[in-house]
Amino acid sequence: MEHYRSHVLICAGTGCISSGSKKVEAALREQLTQKGLDKEVKIVETGCHGFCEMGPLVIVYPEGVFYIHVQETDVADIVEEHLYKGRIVERLLYKEIGSHEGIPNYKDIDFYKKQMRIILANCGHIDPEEINDYIAIGGYEALGTALTTMNPDEVIDEVKKSGLRGRGGGGFPSGLKWGFARKTPGEKKYVICNADEGDPGAFMDRSLLEGDPHRVLEGMAICGYAIGADEGYLYVRAEYPLAIKRLRIAIKQAEELGLIGDNIFGSGFNFHLKIKEGAGAFVCGEETALMASIEGQRGVPRSRPPFPAVSGLWGKPTNINNVETFANVPQIITKGADWYASIGTEHSKGTKVFALTGRINHTGLAEVPMGITMRQIIYDIGGGIPAGKKFKAVQIGGPSGGCLPEELLDMSVDYDSLIKVGAMMGSGGLVVMDETTCMVDISKFFLSFTQAESCGKCTPCREGTKRMLEILTRITEGQGKEGDIELLEVLAKNIKTTALCGLGQTAPNPVLSTLRYFRHEYEAHIKEKCCPAGACTGLTQYNISEVCKGCGLCTKECPVVAISGEKKGLHIIDQEKCIKCGACMAKCPFKAITKG
Amino acid sequence: MNSNQSTCCCGGKNNQFNNLDEILKKYQGVKGSLIPVLQDAQKAYGYLPKEVLENMAEKMDIPISEIYGVVTFYSQFHLKPRGKNIIRVCQGTACHVRGAKTILQEIEDKLKIQAGGTTTDLLFTLETVACIGACGLAPVLMINDNTYGRLTPESIPEILAKYR
Ligand SMILES: Cc1cc2nc3c(=O)[nH]c(=O)nc-3n(C[C@H](O)[C@H](O)[C@H](O)COP(=O)(O)O)c2cc1C
Ligand code: FES
Repeated sequence: MEHYRSHVLICAGTGCISSGSKKVEAALREQLTQKGLDKEVKIVETGCHGFCEMGPLVIVYPEGVFYIHVQETDVADIVEEHLYKGRIVERLLYKEIGSHEGIPNYKDIDFYKKQMRIILANCGHIDPEEINDYIAIGGYEALGTALTTMNPDEVIDEVKKSGLRGRGGGGFPSGLKWGFARKTPGEKKYVICNADEGDPGAFMDRSLLEGDPHRVLEGMAICGYAIGADEGYLYVRAEYPLAIKRLRIAIKQAEELGLIGDNIFGSGFNFHLKIKEGAGAFVCGEETALMASIEGQRGVPRSRPPFPAVSGLWGKPTNINNVETFANVPQIITKGADWYASIGTEHSKGTKVFALTGRINHTGLAEVPMGITMRQIIYDIGGGIPAGKKFKAVQIGGPSGGCLPEELLDMSVDYDSLIKVGAMMGSGGLVVMDETTCMVDISKFFLSFTQAESCGKCTPCREGTKRMLEILTRITEGQGKEGDIELLEVLAKNIKTTALCGLGQTAPNPVLSTLRYFRHEYEAHIKEKCCPAGACTGLTQYNISEVCKGCGLCTKECPVVAISGEKKGLHIIDQEKCIKCGACMAKCPFKAITKG
Repeated sequence: MNSNQSTCCCGGKNNQFNNLDEILKKYQGVKGSLIPVLQDAQKAYGYLPKEVLENMAEKMDIPISEIYGVVTFYSQFHLKPRGKNIIRVCQGTACHVRGAKTILQEIEDKLKIQAGGTTTDLLFTLETVACIGACGLAPVLMINDNTYGRLTPESIPEILAKYR
């Protein structure tokens, strides 16, 4: 085996690629060869480190020096200074907000220091297209242990004892679910990995599949052994081409080594894996719709029972879990259920990966133990709110979840506490909002999403969400009426109790939770016809103040000719004509145009 | 560049069905293969022409109504010719709170089409999606398989220029 004195890890996750990491890699390869260092320094393309905001990211081992925002033009310095002379390139180091001191090692950065990376441990540190990288750090050991030293019931007991709950949203105990599928008699059973990741604002499944695909495959194989299935499907959204590519490579490599296929580890256990690409429908993340889609039909949910464990794919007993759920399994087997259960709260065990997005300084992925507070996630790890703005709310759980206000920042983040306050864990997307976000607009946003994605099979969801959306649209346009809030509440309650699947049953949640904590914003829209956040264009007005010098730039910019005035004189906006595009305000060199 | 230019059926019908035959052969005997067949057919033709669907119905022995049902259910499938470059502007939550609307607006203005539309020169089709999983870089768009992040309305012309 060849020996290298240094390894340069370049992030090749979707985020860093779009920030230019492929160009950085090409430049690095070229310059290493020029300098004759290509036999001493190895370049490794990794998956996502989770700190997407700072990308493209480069880590140099063995020192573990962490470089951020690396561009093609920075490569010469890294090669010349760091790799040749052994001096750290200070200007490319990360600095905490408000500090001028560069931090060389990523382990000392607050964003990473406060996390507990178990599931994401390998992401960003191994080459996801190289199975030996995974095996070198203990990969497929769990599968070996399960197949050669445990019987299926013991595997299920271990998962039960660990307290693992589904990471796909509902939080159903995984061991229990596996037990049901095992108990159902049947020659043919299936394992399905739900990688449809439809919640806007969530991308942990994508990063896992792109950064550490074998961990998920290993979890699925262990599940197959436990329930007695010899075939598995990964249902991946079509919007994730890189994840699909890396999974294909991973499956092929695992097959070549006999880790997937027939008679694995000589145990007599066979397990085969296939990938199914989604075709663009959010509802296909719902398990019964997902199975219909694999079967080649319209992805429409059906009522349960029968549950998939009894009658699933092609009518056969099926166990379906989320990507992150499967990724938890190998460690539970190698380190034991007791170790796993020691992390988290009484009823929510282990860690959870959250996607931090929106109005937050450090967007990216953060893995934390269950039971941590929202404040720790947003401020200690996420670095707080940018541009000196004030925190308003955090949305958790995607279109099925809710918005939590400042008062709830200190609550424990776990399945049960979140339900109590009208939100839910969902997939773990956290969208942070500041004072410029309008809560009525946000609930309208979510409802237009669920409305568009409603499959149309059941009336409450198809028609009910439409009516709610009409009311919300009316309110944001300044046409809200007395009684609208109450009507929304009645509709919400009816839809929740009568819709067929989870999509409809949870669609009203964003509206209910914003009504619960931000009712005054709804009232301001309806009664005072004003949007406190200044976000609803229908309720804002642009005005020109005395500061106006009469330069006339705004009149040229206005697409509807709504501005008039003498040269060098005060201009005015015709409110009847104004379409509130804000173009004039952006153009005015004297900041004379105000929005309110 | 991208070879799946959406020529209509002028390439000659026979040619078209040879293509389809090859796809059907690949999935022969595979359970639940309608969606992958449609995906491959769309890759080959750029969209799903009526004649191709009719032929598919006959050869796969699936009622055309059922195929039509599946095609119209999933947002990925298209019954009309599409542009050479597909622009997908994210309107997901993370992008929404970071100004995705203004990005969409800017592209609509620059290309003079609405979301869902195709430019008359068949160069661009503009679509919206609800999250492409690059939320860390919001607001985000994808052109074909390339992702562009941290967008501002000012950055749009330069990106579009790469595809002209
Ligand atoms: C509308 C809707 C969309 C869903 N989308 C997803 C999804 O994208 N990913 C996922 O893992 N689960 C999703 N689920 C939950 C699945 O139905 C199912 O409960 C989950 O895959 C079970 O896995 P778990 O037990 O590991 O959480 C969705 C449910 C509903 C109702
Ligand atoms: S919300 Fe736009 S990429 Fe996720």
